[in-house]
Amino acid sequence: MSELKRTALYDVHVAMGARMVPFAGYEMPVQYPTGPMAEHHAVRNAAGLFDIDHMGQVRLIGPDAEAFLQYIQPRDVSQMKDWDAEYSYLCYQDGTFVDDIFIYKLPDGEWMIVINADNRDKDIFWMDTHIVGFDADIVDISDPTYMLAIQGPKAQAVLQKLTDCDLNQVAFHTAAKIQIGGIDTLVGATGYTGEYGYELFFPEEKAIAMWELLLETGKEDGMLACGLAARDSLRFEACLPLYGHEINARVEPVGARLSWVCDWDKGPWIGREAVLKTKLEKADMLLVGLEMIDKGVPREHYDIAKDGKIIGWVTTGMKSPTLGKFLALAYVPRGYNKFGTELEVIIRGKPKKAVVVRRPFYIPAYRR
Amino acid sequence: MTLKYDPTLKYAGTDEWARAEGDIVVVGISDYAQDALSDIVYVELPEVGDEVSAGDAVATVESVKAASDILTPVSGEIVEVNEALDDAPEVINEDPYGAWIFKVKASDLSELDKLMDAAAYEAFNATREH
Repeated sequence: MSELKRTALYDVHVAMGARMVPFAGYEMPVQYPTGPMAEHHAVRNAAGLFDIDHMGQVRLIGPDAEAFLQYIQPRDVSQMKDWDAEYSYLCYQDGTFVDDIFIYKLPDGEWMIVINADNRDKDIFWMDTHIVGFDADIVDISDPTYMLAIQGPKAQAVLQKLTDCDLNQVAFHTAAKIQIGGIDTLVGATGYTGEYGYELFFPEEKAIAMWELLLETGKEDGMLACGLAARDSLRFEACLPLYGHEINARVEPVGARLSWVCDWDKGPWIGREAVLKTKLEKADMLLVGLEMIDKGVPREHYDIAKDGKIIGWVTTGMKSPTLGKFLALAYVPRGYNKFGTELEVIIRGKPKKAVVVRRPFYIPAYRR
Repeated sequence: MTLKYDPTLKYAGTDEWARAEGDIVVVGISDYAQDALSDIVYVELPEVGDEVSAGDAVATVESVKAASDILTPVSGEIVEVNEALDDAPEVINEDPYGAWIFKVKASDLSELDKLMDAAAYEAFNATREH
Protein backbone atom coordinates (compact mmCIF):
# COMPACT_ATOMS: atom_id res chain seq x y z
CA MET A 1 0.00 0.00 0.00
CA SER A 2 1.30 3.41 -0.93
CA GLU A 3 2.13 5.96 1.73
CA LEU A 4 -0.84 7.85 3.15
CA LYS A 5 -0.92 11.55 2.38
CA ARG A 6 -1.42 14.17 5.06
CA THR A 7 -3.24 17.46 4.72
CA ALA A 8 -1.60 20.70 5.86
CA LEU A 9 -3.70 20.45 9.04
CA TYR A 10 -2.44 17.00 10.07
CA ASP A 11 -0.35 18.24 13.00
CA VAL A 12 -3.15 20.55 14.12
CA HIS A 13 -5.63 17.64 14.19
CA VAL A 14 -3.22 15.46 16.15
CA ALA A 15 -2.58 18.28 18.64
CA MET A 16 -6.35 18.63 19.09
CA GLY A 17 -6.51 14.95 20.04
CA ALA A 18 -8.23 13.79 16.84
CA ARG A 19 -8.30 10.11 15.97
CA MET A 20 -6.66 9.83 12.55
CA VAL A 21 -7.74 7.12 10.11
CA PRO A 22 -6.86 6.24 6.52
CA PHE A 23 -9.47 7.65 4.15
CA ALA A 24 -9.17 7.92 0.39
CA GLY A 25 -5.39 7.79 0.58
CA TYR A 26 -5.18 10.42 3.31
CA GLU A 27 -4.82 10.29 7.06
CA MET A 28 -7.92 12.19 8.11
CA PRO A 29 -9.58 12.99 11.46
CA VAL A 30 -12.52 10.62 12.02
CA GLN A 31 -13.39 12.30 15.30
CA TYR A 32 -12.09 14.75 17.87
CA PRO A 33 -12.21 14.12 21.64
CA THR A 34 -15.76 15.61 21.64
CA GLY A 35 -16.93 12.44 19.83
CA PRO A 36 -19.02 11.91 16.68
CA MET A 37 -22.38 12.35 18.43
CA ALA A 38 -21.52 15.75 19.92
CA GLU A 39 -20.00 16.82 16.61
CA HIS A 40 -23.13 15.74 14.74
CA HIS A 41 -25.44 17.64 17.09
CA ALA A 42 -23.20 20.73 16.92
CA VAL A 43 -23.79 20.89 13.16
CA ARG A 44 -27.56 20.40 13.49
CA ASN A 45 -27.89 22.98 16.28
CA ALA A 46 -24.98 25.40 15.89
CA ALA A 47 -22.05 24.86 13.52
CA GLY A 48 -19.23 22.51 12.64
CA LEU A 49 -15.90 22.92 10.86
CA PHE A 50 -14.58 20.15 8.61
CA ASP A 51 -11.18 19.60 7.01
CA ILE A 52 -12.14 18.22 3.61
CA ASP A 53 -8.91 18.93 1.79
CA HIS A 54 -8.82 15.34 0.58
CA MET A 55 -11.47 16.41 -1.99
CA GLY A 56 -10.09 17.19 -5.43
CA GLN A 57 -10.67 20.24 -7.62
CA VAL A 58 -10.14 20.63 -11.35
CA ARG A 59 -10.53 23.65 -13.58
CA LEU A 60 -11.86 23.47 -17.09
CA ILE A 61 -10.54 26.27 -19.29
CA GLY A 62 -10.52 27.14 -22.96
CA PRO A 63 -13.10 28.12 -25.60
CA ASP A 64 -14.81 24.69 -25.49
CA ALA A 65 -14.83 24.29 -21.71
CA GLU A 66 -18.63 24.58 -21.52
CA ALA A 67 -19.23 22.31 -24.50
CA PHE A 68 -16.92 19.72 -22.96
CA LEU A 69 -18.69 19.93 -19.61
CA GLN A 70 -22.06 19.52 -21.36
CA TYR A 71 -20.70 16.35 -22.95
CA ILE A 72 -19.27 14.66 -19.84
CA GLN A 73 -22.17 15.05 -17.40
CA PRO A 74 -26.00 15.10 -17.47
CA ARG A 75 -26.88 18.60 -16.20
CA ASP A 76 -27.59 21.40 -18.68
CA VAL A 77 -24.84 23.78 -17.62
CA SER A 78 -25.86 26.37 -20.27
CA GLN A 79 -28.61 27.24 -17.76
CA MET A 80 -26.02 28.11 -15.10
CA LYS A 81 -25.10 31.76 -14.55
CA ASP A 82 -21.68 32.97 -13.40
CA TRP A 83 -21.14 31.99 -9.74
CA ASP A 84 -23.80 29.26 -9.78
CA ALA A 85 -22.85 25.99 -8.08
CA GLU A 86 -24.72 22.75 -8.81
CA TYR A 87 -24.59 19.01 -8.11
CA SER A 88 -24.04 16.51 -10.92
CA TYR A 89 -22.18 13.29 -11.72
CA LEU A 90 -20.14 11.55 -14.38
CA CYS A 91 -21.39 8.37 -16.04
CA TYR A 92 -19.80 5.69 -18.15
CA GLN A 93 -21.40 4.87 -21.51
CA ASP A 94 -23.39 2.09 -19.80
CA GLY A 95 -24.90 4.64 -17.39
CA THR A 96 -23.06 3.51 -14.26
CA PHE A 97 -21.28 6.09 -12.10
CA VAL A 98 -17.72 7.31 -12.55
CA ASP A 99 -18.17 9.79 -9.66
CA ASP A 100 -20.45 12.50 -8.38
CA ILE A 101 -19.29 16.10 -8.66
CA PHE A 102 -20.05 19.70 -7.81
CA ILE A 103 -19.85 22.22 -10.64
CA TYR A 104 -18.95 25.89 -10.12
CA LYS A 105 -19.44 28.31 -13.00
CA LEU A 106 -16.81 31.01 -12.67
CA PRO A 107 -16.55 34.24 -14.71
CA ASP A 108 -14.81 34.38 -18.11
CA GLY A 109 -15.96 30.94 -19.21
CA GLU A 110 -14.08 29.05 -16.52
CA TRP A 111 -15.47 26.11 -14.57
CA MET A 112 -14.35 24.40 -11.39
CA ILE A 113 -15.36 20.85 -10.61
CA VAL A 114 -15.08 19.34 -7.15
CA ILE A 115 -14.45 15.59 -7.23
CA ASN A 116 -14.11 12.82 -4.67
CA ALA A 117 -10.64 12.21 -3.27
CA ASP A 118 -10.72 8.51 -4.03
CA ASN A 119 -11.58 9.19 -7.65
CA ARG A 120 -9.19 12.02 -8.42
CA ASP A 121 -6.84 10.12 -10.73
CA LYS A 122 -9.65 8.06 -12.25
CA ASP A 123 -11.84 11.11 -12.97
CA ILE A 124 -9.07 13.14 -14.54
CA PHE A 125 -7.94 10.19 -16.68
CA TRP A 126 -11.55 9.57 -17.73
CA MET A 127 -12.08 13.24 -18.64
CA ASP A 128 -8.81 13.23 -20.55
CA THR A 129 -9.94 10.30 -22.68
CA HIS A 130 -13.03 12.26 -23.75
CA ILE A 131 -11.51 15.70 -24.34
CA VAL A 132 -10.28 14.84 -27.85
CA GLY A 133 -11.84 17.31 -30.32
CA PHE A 134 -12.61 19.93 -27.67
CA ASP A 135 -10.48 23.07 -27.44
CA ALA A 136 -10.35 22.85 -23.66
CA ASP A 137 -7.93 21.92 -20.90
CA ILE A 138 -8.27 20.12 -17.59
CA VAL A 139 -6.13 21.61 -14.85
CA ASP A 140 -5.80 19.68 -11.58
CA ILE A 141 -5.68 22.35 -8.86
CA SER A 142 -6.23 19.93 -5.94
CA ASP A 143 -2.80 20.33 -4.40
CA PRO A 144 -2.51 24.14 -4.21
CA THR A 145 -6.21 24.49 -3.26
CA TYR A 146 -7.22 23.95 0.35
CA MET A 147 -10.82 23.01 1.13
CA LEU A 148 -12.73 23.42 4.39
CA ALA A 149 -16.46 23.25 5.10
CA ILE A 150 -18.34 25.25 7.70
CA GLN A 151 -21.86 23.92 8.20
CA GLY A 152 -24.88 24.47 10.40
CA PRO A 153 -27.48 27.10 11.33
CA LYS A 154 -24.77 29.36 12.84
CA ALA A 155 -22.30 28.93 9.95
CA GLN A 156 -23.31 32.18 8.26
CA ALA A 157 -23.11 34.19 11.49
CA VAL A 158 -19.64 32.82 12.25
CA LEU A 159 -18.30 33.47 8.77
CA GLN A 160 -19.92 36.92 8.61
CA LYS A 161 -17.72 38.06 11.53
CA LEU A 162 -14.66 37.51 9.35
CA THR A 163 -15.67 39.11 6.06
CA ASP A 164 -16.86 42.47 4.72
CA CYS A 165 -18.95 40.71 2.09
CA ASP A 166 -22.66 40.56 2.96
CA LEU A 167 -23.19 36.81 2.99
CA ASN A 168 -26.94 37.32 2.47
CA GLN A 169 -25.90 38.11 -1.11
CA VAL A 170 -24.35 34.65 -1.50
CA ALA A 171 -27.52 32.64 -2.09
CA PHE A 172 -27.76 28.87 -1.62
CA HIS A 173 -25.93 27.09 -4.45
CA THR A 174 -24.03 30.17 -5.54
CA ALA A 175 -20.43 31.23 -4.95
CA ALA A 176 -18.40 34.39 -4.46
CA LYS A 177 -14.80 35.49 -4.18
CA ILE A 178 -14.42 37.07 -0.77
CA GLN A 179 -11.80 37.72 1.88
CA ILE A 180 -12.01 35.80 5.15
CA GLY A 181 -9.68 37.28 7.74
CA GLY A 182 -7.75 38.76 4.84
CA ILE A 183 -7.40 35.43 3.01
CA ASP A 184 -8.66 35.34 -0.60
CA THR A 185 -11.32 32.66 -0.66
CA LEU A 186 -13.80 31.22 -3.09
CA VAL A 187 -16.86 30.53 -0.96
CA GLY A 188 -19.64 28.24 -2.18
CA ALA A 189 -22.96 28.21 -0.33
CA THR A 190 -23.33 24.47 -0.30
CA GLY A 191 -22.33 21.47 1.75
CA TYR A 192 -22.85 17.84 2.62
CA THR A 193 -24.73 17.87 5.90
CA GLY A 194 -28.36 18.86 5.17
CA GLU A 195 -27.73 22.23 6.82
CA TYR A 196 -26.97 25.64 5.34
CA GLY A 197 -23.28 26.33 5.18
CA TYR A 198 -20.28 27.00 3.03
CA GLU A 199 -17.41 25.24 1.36
CA LEU A 200 -14.24 27.31 1.28
CA PHE A 201 -11.45 27.16 -1.29
CA PHE A 202 -8.24 29.06 -0.63
CA PRO A 203 -4.42 28.71 -0.95
CA GLU A 204 -3.03 25.70 0.88
CA GLU A 205 -0.36 27.75 2.72
CA LYS A 206 -3.19 29.54 4.58
CA ALA A 207 -4.72 26.30 5.88
CA ILE A 208 -3.60 26.56 9.50
CA ALA A 209 -4.34 30.29 9.74
CA MET A 210 -7.85 29.81 8.30
CA TRP A 211 -8.65 26.77 10.47
CA GLU A 212 -7.57 28.45 13.70
CA LEU A 213 -9.32 31.71 12.84
CA LEU A 214 -12.62 29.97 12.08
CA LEU A 215 -12.45 27.66 15.09
CA GLU A 216 -11.68 30.53 17.46
CA THR A 217 -14.40 32.74 15.96
CA GLY A 218 -17.01 29.97 16.09
CA LYS A 219 -16.34 29.06 19.70
CA GLU A 220 -18.88 31.44 21.22
CA ASP A 221 -21.58 30.07 18.90
CA GLY A 222 -20.86 26.47 19.92
CA MET A 223 -19.04 25.48 16.76
CA LEU A 224 -16.99 22.27 16.97
CA ALA A 225 -14.31 20.75 14.77
CA CYS A 226 -15.95 17.72 13.18
CA GLY A 227 -14.47 14.50 11.83
CA LEU A 228 -15.42 12.15 9.05
CA ALA A 229 -17.76 10.12 11.28
CA ALA A 230 -20.02 13.13 11.86
CA ARG A 231 -19.74 14.08 8.19
CA ASP A 232 -21.03 10.61 7.31
CA SER A 233 -23.93 10.56 9.80
CA LEU A 234 -24.99 14.08 8.75
CA ARG A 235 -25.02 13.35 5.03
CA PHE A 236 -26.70 9.99 5.71
CA GLU A 237 -29.68 11.52 7.53
CA ALA A 238 -30.15 13.94 4.64
CA CYS A 239 -29.79 10.96 2.23
CA LEU A 240 -26.99 12.61 0.27
CA PRO A 241 -25.20 9.84 -1.66
CA LEU A 242 -21.60 8.89 -0.97
CA TYR A 243 -19.47 7.50 -3.78
CA GLY A 244 -18.45 3.91 -3.02
CA HIS A 245 -21.66 3.36 -1.05
CA GLU A 246 -24.91 4.57 -2.64
CA ILE A 247 -23.25 5.16 -6.00
CA ASN A 248 -20.48 3.28 -7.77
CA ALA A 249 -19.62 1.67 -11.08
CA ARG A 250 -22.25 -1.07 -10.57
CA VAL A 251 -25.33 1.12 -10.11
CA GLU A 252 -26.89 3.89 -12.20
CA PRO A 253 -28.72 7.20 -11.63
CA VAL A 254 -32.33 6.02 -11.98
CA GLY A 255 -32.00 3.36 -9.30
CA ALA A 256 -29.95 5.76 -7.17
CA ARG A 257 -32.85 8.28 -7.46
CA LEU A 258 -30.60 10.87 -9.03
CA SER A 259 -32.07 11.12 -12.54
CA TRP A 260 -33.55 14.53 -11.61
CA VAL A 261 -30.13 15.92 -12.51
CA CYS A 262 -30.45 14.76 -16.13
CA ASP A 263 -31.41 17.09 -18.94
CA TRP A 264 -32.68 14.99 -21.84
CA ASP A 265 -32.91 17.84 -24.38
CA LYS A 266 -29.51 19.51 -24.14
CA GLY A 267 -27.84 17.22 -26.65
CA PRO A 268 -25.57 14.20 -26.26
CA TRP A 269 -23.75 13.39 -23.03
CA ILE A 270 -21.85 10.30 -22.08
CA GLY A 271 -24.22 7.69 -20.67
CA ARG A 272 -27.39 9.46 -21.85
CA GLU A 273 -28.80 6.58 -23.91
CA ALA A 274 -28.23 4.02 -21.16
CA VAL A 275 -29.71 6.21 -18.42
CA LEU A 276 -32.68 7.19 -20.60
CA LYS A 277 -33.36 3.54 -21.41
CA THR A 278 -33.40 2.71 -17.70
CA LYS A 279 -35.63 5.73 -17.04
CA LEU A 280 -38.16 4.49 -19.62
CA GLU A 281 -37.96 0.79 -18.77
CA LYS A 282 -37.55 1.37 -15.01
CA ALA A 283 -34.58 0.35 -12.87
CA ASP A 284 -34.22 -3.18 -11.52
CA MET A 285 -32.73 -2.11 -8.19
CA LEU A 286 -33.88 0.97 -6.30
CA LEU A 287 -32.35 2.84 -3.40
CA VAL A 288 -34.78 2.97 -0.47
CA GLY A 289 -34.81 4.19 3.11
CA LEU A 290 -35.35 1.59 5.81
CA GLU A 291 -36.29 1.97 9.45
CA MET A 292 -35.66 -0.94 11.79
CA ILE A 293 -38.73 -2.35 13.53
CA ASP A 294 -36.63 -4.85 15.50
CA LYS A 295 -33.70 -3.29 17.31
CA GLY A 296 -30.28 -3.59 15.73
CA VAL A 297 -27.75 -1.54 13.83
CA PRO A 298 -27.88 -2.06 10.05
CA ARG A 299 -24.47 -1.60 8.48
CA GLU A 300 -23.03 -1.39 4.99
CA HIS A 301 -23.01 -4.69 3.01
CA TYR A 302 -25.57 -6.39 5.28
CA ASP A 303 -28.03 -8.45 3.26
CA ILE A 304 -31.68 -7.47 2.82
CA ALA A 305 -34.10 -10.40 2.76
CA LYS A 306 -37.79 -10.96 2.16
CA ASP A 307 -39.33 -14.18 3.50
CA GLY A 308 -35.86 -15.66 3.94
CA LYS A 309 -34.63 -14.87 0.41
CA ILE A 310 -31.74 -12.42 -0.06
CA ILE A 311 -32.94 -9.61 -2.33
CA GLY A 312 -30.70 -6.61 -1.68
CA TRP A 313 -27.99 -4.92 0.34
CA VAL A 314 -27.41 -2.06 2.77
CA THR A 315 -25.29 0.82 1.43
CA THR A 316 -25.13 2.83 4.67
CA GLY A 317 -26.79 2.24 8.01
CA MET A 318 -26.51 3.50 11.56
CA LYS A 319 -28.41 4.83 14.52
CA SER A 320 -29.45 8.29 13.38
CA PRO A 321 -28.12 10.75 15.96
CA THR A 322 -30.81 13.35 15.19
CA LEU A 323 -33.82 11.02 14.97
CA GLY A 324 -32.70 8.36 17.44
CA LYS A 325 -33.84 5.62 15.03
CA PHE A 326 -31.94 2.74 13.47
CA LEU A 327 -31.98 3.60 9.75
CA ALA A 328 -30.46 2.35 6.53
CA LEU A 329 -30.17 3.15 2.87
CA ALA A 330 -30.43 -0.03 0.83
CA TYR A 331 -30.85 -1.32 -2.71
CA VAL A 332 -33.90 -3.54 -3.17
CA PRO A 333 -35.60 -4.85 -6.32
CA ARG A 334 -38.40 -2.78 -7.85
CA GLY A 335 -41.63 -3.92 -6.26
CA TYR A 336 -40.15 -3.91 -2.75
CA ASN A 337 -39.69 -0.15 -2.71
CA LYS A 338 -43.15 1.00 -1.57
CA PHE A 339 -43.43 2.78 1.79
CA GLY A 340 -44.61 0.36 4.42
CA THR A 341 -43.10 -2.73 2.77
CA GLU A 342 -41.69 -5.00 5.47
CA LEU A 343 -38.26 -6.47 4.79
CA GLU A 344 -35.54 -8.06 6.89
CA VAL A 345 -32.01 -6.87 7.46
CA ILE A 346 -29.68 -9.78 8.24
CA ILE A 347 -27.72 -8.65 11.28
CA ARG A 348 -25.03 -11.12 12.32
CA GLY A 349 -26.95 -14.02 10.81
CA LYS A 350 -30.33 -13.09 12.24
CA PRO A 351 -33.16 -11.54 10.22
CA LYS A 352 -34.36 -8.32 11.87
CA LYS A 353 -37.57 -6.65 10.71
CA ALA A 354 -37.40 -3.29 8.94
CA VAL A 355 -39.86 -1.18 6.96
CA VAL A 356 -39.43 0.97 3.85
CA VAL A 357 -39.80 4.66 4.77
CA ARG A 358 -39.62 7.98 2.96
CA ARG A 359 -36.27 9.55 2.16
CA PRO A 360 -34.69 11.80 3.22
CA PHE A 361 -34.82 10.77 6.87
CA TYR A 362 -33.95 14.36 7.78
CA ILE A 363 -35.31 17.11 5.55
CA PRO A 364 -32.43 19.47 4.75
CA ALA A 365 -32.74 23.03 6.07
CA TYR A 366 -32.71 24.37 2.50
CA ARG A 367 -35.67 22.22 1.48
CA ARG A 368 -38.04 23.27 4.26
CA MET B 1 -7.01 11.62 27.65
CA THR B 2 -5.94 9.15 30.30
CA LEU B 3 -7.76 5.84 30.49
CA LYS B 4 -9.16 4.79 33.85
CA TYR B 5 -8.60 1.48 35.61
CA ASP B 6 -10.68 0.30 38.56
CA PRO B 7 -8.28 -1.60 40.86
CA THR B 8 -11.15 -3.62 42.39
CA LEU B 9 -11.98 -5.32 39.05
CA LYS B 10 -10.49 -8.17 37.02
CA TYR B 11 -9.94 -7.75 33.28
CA ALA B 12 -9.97 -10.01 30.22
CA GLY B 13 -7.59 -9.57 27.29
CA THR B 14 -10.75 -9.01 25.23
CA ASP B 15 -11.50 -5.89 27.33
CA GLU B 16 -14.34 -7.07 29.56
CA TRP B 17 -14.18 -6.35 33.29
CA ALA B 18 -15.60 -8.68 35.93
CA ARG B 19 -16.50 -8.33 39.58
CA ALA B 20 -17.53 -11.23 41.80
CA GLU B 21 -20.39 -10.61 44.24
CA GLY B 22 -20.64 -13.97 45.99
CA ASP B 23 -21.13 -16.47 43.16
CA ILE B 24 -22.58 -13.81 40.86
CA VAL B 25 -20.10 -12.28 38.39
CA VAL B 26 -20.95 -8.80 37.07
CA VAL B 27 -19.55 -8.04 33.58
CA GLY B 28 -18.98 -4.81 31.66
CA ILE B 29 -16.40 -3.35 29.28
CA SER B 30 -13.30 -1.37 30.15
CA ASP B 31 -12.58 2.30 29.65
CA TYR B 32 -10.05 1.22 27.01
CA ALA B 33 -12.81 -0.63 25.14
CA GLN B 34 -15.38 2.16 25.22
CA ASP B 35 -12.76 4.68 24.13
CA ALA B 36 -11.68 2.48 21.22
CA LEU B 37 -15.29 1.84 20.19
CA SER B 38 -16.25 5.53 20.29
CA ASP B 39 -19.91 6.53 20.85
CA ILE B 40 -21.99 3.46 21.70
CA VAL B 41 -25.45 3.36 20.10
CA TYR B 42 -26.90 -0.06 20.96
CA VAL B 43 -26.26 -3.06 23.18
CA GLU B 44 -27.69 -6.45 22.24
CA LEU B 45 -28.20 -8.13 25.60
CA PRO B 46 -28.29 -11.87 26.32
CA GLU B 47 -31.47 -13.56 27.59
CA VAL B 48 -31.85 -14.20 31.29
CA GLY B 49 -31.60 -17.97 31.76
CA ASP B 50 -29.06 -18.51 28.96
CA GLU B 51 -26.47 -21.13 29.85
CA VAL B 52 -23.06 -19.80 28.84
CA SER B 53 -19.46 -21.04 28.77
CA ALA B 54 -16.42 -18.89 29.47
CA GLY B 55 -15.32 -17.24 26.22
CA ASP B 56 -18.81 -17.31 24.60
CA ALA B 57 -19.92 -14.16 22.81
CA VAL B 58 -23.08 -13.40 24.77
CA ALA B 59 -23.71 -9.72 24.04
CA THR B 60 -22.85 -7.24 21.31
CA VAL B 61 -21.94 -3.61 21.78
CA GLU B 62 -22.62 -1.51 18.68
CA SER B 63 -20.84 1.81 18.33
CA VAL B 64 -20.76 4.41 15.57
CA LYS B 65 -17.68 2.54 14.35
CA ALA B 66 -18.40 -1.17 14.65
CA ALA B 67 -20.15 -4.07 16.32
CA SER B 68 -18.09 -5.71 19.04
CA ASP B 69 -18.75 -9.07 20.72
CA ILE B 70 -18.72 -9.17 24.50
CA LEU B 71 -17.42 -12.45 25.89
CA THR B 72 -18.41 -13.89 29.22
CA PRO B 73 -15.30 -14.46 31.33
CA VAL B 74 -17.00 -17.22 33.36
CA SER B 75 -19.34 -20.15 32.71
CA GLY B 76 -22.77 -20.36 34.27
CA GLU B 77 -26.24 -18.93 33.84
CA ILE B 78 -27.20 -15.36 32.87
CA VAL B 79 -29.27 -14.17 35.83
CA GLU B 80 -29.70 -10.47 35.07
CA VAL B 81 -29.15 -8.04 32.18
CA ASN B 82 -28.89 -4.28 32.37
CA GLU B 83 -32.13 -3.29 30.63
CA ALA B 84 -31.37 0.40 31.21
CA LEU B 85 -28.80 0.12 28.40
CA ASP B 86 -31.68 -0.33 25.95
CA ASP B 87 -32.64 3.31 26.28
CA ALA B 88 -29.26 4.75 27.25
CA PRO B 89 -26.35 2.72 25.83
CA GLU B 90 -24.19 5.84 26.04
CA VAL B 91 -23.80 5.38 29.81
CA ILE B 92 -21.10 2.82 28.92
CA ASN B 93 -19.10 5.69 27.39
CA GLU B 94 -19.79 7.93 30.36
CA ASP B 95 -19.20 5.42 33.15
CA PRO B 96 -17.74 2.15 31.83
CA TYR B 97 -17.14 0.66 35.29
CA GLY B 98 -20.60 1.64 36.55
CA ALA B 99 -22.51 0.49 33.46
CA TRP B 100 -22.55 -3.29 33.84
CA ILE B 101 -23.98 -5.33 30.95
CA PHE B 102 -24.93 -8.74 32.38
CA LYS B 103 -24.57 -10.91 35.50
CA VAL B 104 -23.62 -14.58 35.46
CA LYS B 105 -24.25 -17.06 38.25
CA ALA B 106 -20.83 -18.70 38.00
CA SER B 107 -20.48 -22.47 38.05
CA ASP B 108 -16.74 -22.20 38.67
CA LEU B 109 -15.43 -18.99 40.22
CA SER B 110 -11.84 -20.13 39.69
CA GLU B 111 -12.27 -19.15 36.03
CA LEU B 112 -11.81 -15.58 37.27
CA ASP B 113 -8.21 -16.43 38.16
CA LYS B 114 -7.38 -16.43 34.43
CA LEU B 115 -8.17 -12.70 34.24
CA MET B 116 -5.71 -9.86 34.78
CA ASP B 117 -5.67 -7.43 37.65
CA ALA B 118 -5.81 -3.70 36.85
CA ALA B 119 -2.01 -3.28 36.81
CA ALA B 120 -1.48 -6.22 34.46
CA TYR B 121 -4.30 -5.05 32.19
CA GLU B 122 -2.91 -1.53 32.06
CA ALA B 123 0.52 -2.94 31.17
CA PHE B 124 -1.12 -5.14 28.52
CA ASN B 125 -2.88 -2.14 26.99
CA ALA B 126 0.39 -0.21 26.86
CA THR B 127 1.66 -2.83 24.39
CA ARG B 128 -1.33 -2.40 22.05
CA GLU B 129 -1.87 0.09 19.27
CA HIS B 130 -4.86 2.10 20.41
